Amino acid sequence: MRSRAYPLYFAGGALVLYGLFYVLPSLLGFYYAFTDWNSYSSEVNFVGLANFRLIFTSGGSSNYLLYLRNTVVFTVATILLKTAIALGLALLLTNGIRRLAYFHRVVMYLPAVLPMLVVSLVFKSILNPATGLLNTFLRGVGLDFMAQRWLVDVNWALPSVIGVDTWRGVGYIMVIMIAGLQSIPKDYYEAAAIDGASGMASFFRITLPLMMPVLTVTTVLNLLYGLKVFDIVFVLTNGGPGRATDTVYTAIFDEFSKGRYGVATTLSTLLFLIMIVLGYFVIRLMHREAEE
Amino acid sequence: MRIRRVQGVINHALAAAVSLIMFVPVYLVIVNSLKTKAEASSMGAGLPSALQWENFATVIEKGKLVTAFGNSVLYAVGATLIGTTVAALAAYVLSRNRTRLNRGLYFFLIMGIAMPTNFVTLMKVMQVTHLINTQLGIILLYSSMSIPFSVFLIYAFVGTIPRELDEAAIIDGCSPIRLFFSVIYPLLTPVLVTAGVLNLLGIWNEFLLPLYYLNSSAYWPMTLAVYNFFGQFQADWSLVSADIVLTIVPVIIVYLFAQRFILSGMTAGSVKG
Repeated sequence: MRSRAYPLYFAGGALVLYGLFYVLPSLLGFYYAFTDWNSYSSEVNFVGLANFRLIFTSGGSSNYLLYLRNTVVFTVATILLKTAIALGLALLLTNGIRRLAYFHRVVMYLPAVLPMLVVSLVFKSILNPATGLLNTFLRGVGLDFMAQRWLVDVNWALPSVIGVDTWRGVGYIMVIMIAGLQSIPKDYYEAAAIDGASGMASFFRITLPLMMPVLTVTTVLNLLYGLKVFDIVFVLTNGGPGRATDTVYTAIFDEFSKGRYGVATTLSTLLFLIMIVLGYFVIRLMHREAEE
Repeated sequence: MRIRRVQGVINHALAAAVSLIMFVPVYLVIVNSLKTKAEASSMGAGLPSALQWENFATVIEKGKLVTAFGNSVLYAVGATLIGTTVAALAAYVLSRNRTRLNRGLYFFLIMGIAMPTNFVTLMKVMQVTHLINTQLGIILLYSSMSIPFSVFLIYAFVGTIPRELDEAAIIDGCSPIRLFFSVIYPLLTPVLVTAGVLNLLGIWNEFLLPLYYLNSSAYWPMTLAVYNFFGQFQADWSLVSADIVLTIVPVIIVYLFAQRFILSGMTAGSVKG
């Protein structure tokens, strides 16, 4: 009865598209990671672990471990910054102000719907060391010492990219947190106030514990995004200066455009393995949320 | 009481300051799109001395934006329709008939939310299927990329539609296809709009797939056209700004009209990479 009313071929379209363009390439990656596949020759030879050895032992200018380190630094920094700032803003827009709160929410979420490409291009001009708006502003208010060579300085490039990405993503995390805050019953705070709890105490004893599930979800979102980051780095710095801001995905694109498909695939496959393990926990987490 | 009022003023000032910072880039591209090349050279925040509306005409012509706009609409609308429809069909049967196999298939599909794309081997797949550098290829790619999240959103929503409706329709002799399209599909409208709008904006803003798989500039969407235009006219921020304004105006319009759906989708699913 069930199987006749809900035939499995309904799922066919989704399974075929997803299987062909999403799953199959990832599986093929496991094969090509062991080959010297490239754009210069039509022959594809089996080379064993050569690509993996290159990635894990190479030093100097093409240090793949550096890209991995950059990706991890980017991911951890954006998780911490976005979570802290978004939580502050969410509290401000739910408890701090009543009037205009919805207006501010709409404006603060705006960066998240803009194309990453556009955001990056505009920030490239804002962060221009000589003529950019940020340094002009800093000099204008007498904070000359804070004016840096943002995207051009080896030490400032990655922090600048992290800053721009936080600007772009914080509104999105904030919206999720506002929903979380609104679902906490008001009675808890009233009861705490009657018992003489301070604002601090009710934040640490009520808000934070009850926000834990939401904070887990936003952390997972930021984690999945951070490990796959591409556009913003590609446009802001294209991995530069030198390779100071290259991440896993920009390195993959770089290898791809050089025609070194085997190495590019190996990097992709390593990322796939990491993310599939994370994905398993994410799915379990999301499933629990959905069941509740 | 006075302390509370002072606190209130500080809070409002803080919120206004943050909103201002969030709005600065949009403001910058709008004012600079109306300046002359010399005025816009430093992408400053000042207002233009005279409005240069012809900048828009120039970029539309030089940036081949009419074609690019058409391409973006084709990709975003086409892929959203295909992706959301196949996702709805799948989510519906998998949610209604929860056998062991179907639960497995559901997890398999939503695993894609975490999974990274292997662009290199995907190129191989595109070559073998002769979809590389074709518009159909890009539409199918975008459709498949949208499937995991759409299935996740719609699956949860199907659970809220009473099963009695299905049973009544089946007793009346409805075929499975008719049952889905005349009974279930209309009831899914809210979640389909949410998933649809999120996919539409996501695809409109994306530029990695065309960068990898579309060589012919005739097939480029707005984002890639902007990127390329920037490469050519880097020194001319007034034109680049005008190009950017034309790219983000549709996004902002859709966002303002559909923000309720977007914000509800965000919080219902709490997920989107």
